Amino acid sequence: MKRILSGNEAIAWGAWEAGVEVAAAYPGTPSTEILETFATLPDVYAEWATNEKVAMDVAIGAAYAGRRAMTCMKHVGLNVAADSFFYASMTGIEAGLVIVSADDPAMHSSQNEQDNRNYAKFARVPCLEPSDSQEAKELVAAALDLSEQFDTPVLLRITTRIAHTYSPVETGERQKRPPKVEKFPRNFEKYVMLPVNARRRHPVLEERIQRLREFAETFPYNRLELRGEELGIVTCGVAYQYAREVFPDASILRLGMTYPLPRRLIADFAGRVRRLIVLEELDPFLEEEIRSLGIPVEGKSIFPICGEFSPEVVRDAAIAAGLLPESERVVPPNPIKGDLPPRPPVLCPGCPHRGVFYVMKKFKLPVQGDIGCYTLGAMPPLSTIDFCGCMGAGIGVAHGADKAGDPERQIAVIGDSTFFHTGMPALLNVAYNRGKTITVIMDNRVTAMTGHQHNPGTGYTLQGEKTVEIELEPLVRAMGIPHVRTVDAYDLKAVQEAFEEALAKEEPAVIITRRECALLPEARKRYLPLRVDRSKCIACWTCFRVGCPAIRRSDEIFEKNKRQKSDIDPLLCTGCEVCAQVCPQHAILFRAEVAPAPEAAGGRSGASEE
Amino acid sequence: MKEPINFMLVGVGGQGTLLAANILAEVGLVAGYDVKKSEIHGMAQRGGSVSSHVRWGEQVFSPMAGKGEVDILLGFEMVEALRYIEFLRQGGRAILSTHQIPPVAVTSGGAEYPSQARFTGVVEQVTKDYLLVPAVEIAQQFGNARAHNLVMLGALSVFLPVEEDIWLQVAPRHVPAKALEVNLEAFRRGRALAGQARKR
Ligand SMILES: Cc1ncc(C[n+]2csc(CCOP(=O)(O)OP(=O)(O)O)c2C)c(N)n1
Ligand code: SF4
Ligand code: SF4
Repeated sequence: MKRILSGNEAIAWGAWEAGVEVAAAYPGTPSTEILETFATLPDVYAEWATNEKVAMDVAIGAAYAGRRAMTCMKHVGLNVAADSFFYASMTGIEAGLVIVSADDPAMHSSQNEQDNRNYAKFARVPCLEPSDSQEAKELVAAALDLSEQFDTPVLLRITTRIAHTYSPVETGERQKRPPKVEKFPRNFEKYVMLPVNARRRHPVLEERIQRLREFAETFPYNRLELRGEELGIVTCGVAYQYAREVFPDASILRLGMTYPLPRRLIADFAGRVRRLIVLEELDPFLEEEIRSLGIPVEGKSIFPICGEFSPEVVRDAAIAAGLLPESERVVPPNPIKGDLPPRPPVLCPGCPHRGVFYVMKKFKLPVQGDIGCYTLGAMPPLSTIDFCGCMGAGIGVAHGADKAGDPERQIAVIGDSTFFHTGMPALLNVAYNRGKTITVIMDNRVTAMTGHQHNPGTGYTLQGEKTVEIELEPLVRAMGIPHVRTVDAYDLKAVQEAFEEALAKEEPAVIITRRECALLPEARKRYLPLRVDRSKCIACWTCFRVGCPAIRRSDEIFEKNKRQKSDIDPLLCTGCEVCAQVCPQHAILFRAEVAPAPEAAGGRSGASEE
Repeated sequence: MKEPINFMLVGVGGQGTLLAANILAEVGLVAGYDVKKSEIHGMAQRGGSVSSHVRWGEQVFSPMAGKGEVDILLGFEMVEALRYIEFLRQGGRAILSTHQIPPVAVTSGGAEYPSQARFTGVVEQVTKDYLLVPAVEIAQQFGNARAHNLVMLGALSVFLPVEEDIWLQVAPRHVPAKALEVNLEAFRRGRALAGQARKR
């Protein structure tokens, strides 16, 4: 059946059809929907693991146990899982193992744009790259076959434009396949990476990659498309589509396997064209490999190394390099627009993180942040977060500054999911080494940023089934933190007191600010828009400083200062009462003071699922 | 030979822009085109700027069209339409909701939301071929503002070489069953509105 699938959905289908039985992942844009889709397909086991390393170990374990397995992650997730990636390359597997890395050129939702093909070369693991959804599906099956044939994990590398582009896919039936082995093989030489065995395995890897290089010469997804002789383009991934779009007459060598490279195929192709270029996003990965073969080739001297490509980027670069005539340039309209108000991402109306930052800001202390919705606490008007590097980094950075003798008391903020992901070892370290960092766990009861996935704290599995709910308080106490205080994130006074209390003692403290994300169904049920009593509003604009999208300027002017009084958008307001608590005039009515307005529940303009 | 058509749909996160793009892509597939749809959906929060490319053609390569290459721009919110207007080719078609969602920079900052006159002034520098659709008001008339995206698709449908039947066959696969009637009505009203505008 032909249907329109995103690259991510297609990968899930591909895994299912190819008989993958176990998949584990940790969410991360642009990879998240792979596991979410896979989990809806019959006869599979799928789980959200606590982080990417654990997810990879789980997938590796399943592959050792003879069942085809998959793990998926965003590019930076492979940094977290890298240790496991390397041992899996050393041991090899029993049943096929595919590792999906979703890279994010242009950093649509990431902290860097690392090119994970480098990991393939680094760990001597073959790397496959699809150019559309249909190929994404097919390459999963190819990866698993290769994995078994060569006794290696296989990296399937996609990018945001493959992950989130929808195109027609022919879906099929699930292959029935018996387990490769019944039980975990007791194979000391292969699976126990003591130095004595590891030394024997390394040559196996090197020899394996040579055989794979030979295999690549005839791999059907390395495809030669001969057209003109003037220009030859070596390309891969979504860049292949731009090559077709921008250079309709060029000959193309499209590589479906980008590590290791088919040397003879490339040399043969180079011999058939007058000018050879490489069109690849991010690093000159293919280019440098090809150049090392002694073949003259151009790539990054023409096309950018930063950001993602588009037909526009490719065309303009090609014109500048004389590959295309000036007449090919598309000149877009250039209307005089004037300044448009920007629309950056902001914390949602009713977000439980907002009030906590509002209070925290008043202490004027350094706040080491982490990754999640709460990172938006760095943006004005809250402007409270001073650092964000990668998941789990904030607590360690705070502790380092503390131990360096920084005179200010360090605060670390971290979300519940991030705490379970990599925050726990860092907090343990604070306790163990007698630091005095104050760690704020912003427990909004979900992994919100990536689209509201469950985590160990929510008490539900990926499939929404009830499981053990990990309680933060006893966990944190058991980790050696003497001072643990839980408050309602909406209760500004309680948050304030919790900080004062923690600051009063020279010992490590944890403050858990708890309140579910305002977009969760339980929260939606309690939406009750507040109102401004205009007769009381003095247009001091204190409420604007909480930065809620539901608070706006009204048309009514306060005579004394000639400013507009405040107003609340009933379609957006959830009734969290954070603004009401900061109003010095009690002009914003609390929930108990506004009559319930049931019609508001269905009519929210900003509440459909996207 | 199918004439290729590049669409771009822009709006604010939570408006249903992506859902409209899903329908449009599938309509293309059912109508016999090769299709690609590309979108960037980064983060969970509501209220950011959202854009989506849909391309129909005999064989579609790039998932998105560049600036000046979009044939039909669907704007679900006024500021967002202006933000992306240069993607439309000079003289291309624009179907623009008159809905306004002021960003925080306007509601509680000092920035100004463009007036209707400034809005049409900018649009007219790019194309005279535009249709303003009070999509939210139309949808509200029969009870559900959220169906405004189907009003927009209805208006769009008038300008495409695709039978109405195909739309009516595809739409139910994308909207919840209990909201189906409202959404189909929204589609019909959008279609009627654009049909009349076209005759004039
Ligand atoms: C290594 C790594 N994996 C995944 C991600 C994607 N990611 C960004 S934030 C986040 C989780 C946020 O959840 P939480 O800490 O609970 O904060 P919330 O968004 O709910 O406020 C994830 C999974 C990432 N940036 N880095
Ligand atoms: S999705 Fe939830 S946690 Fe994220 S900004 Fe919105 S309300 Fe806050
Ligand atoms: S109560 Fe105030 S802060 Fe909370 S959502 Fe409503 S307007 Fe925003």
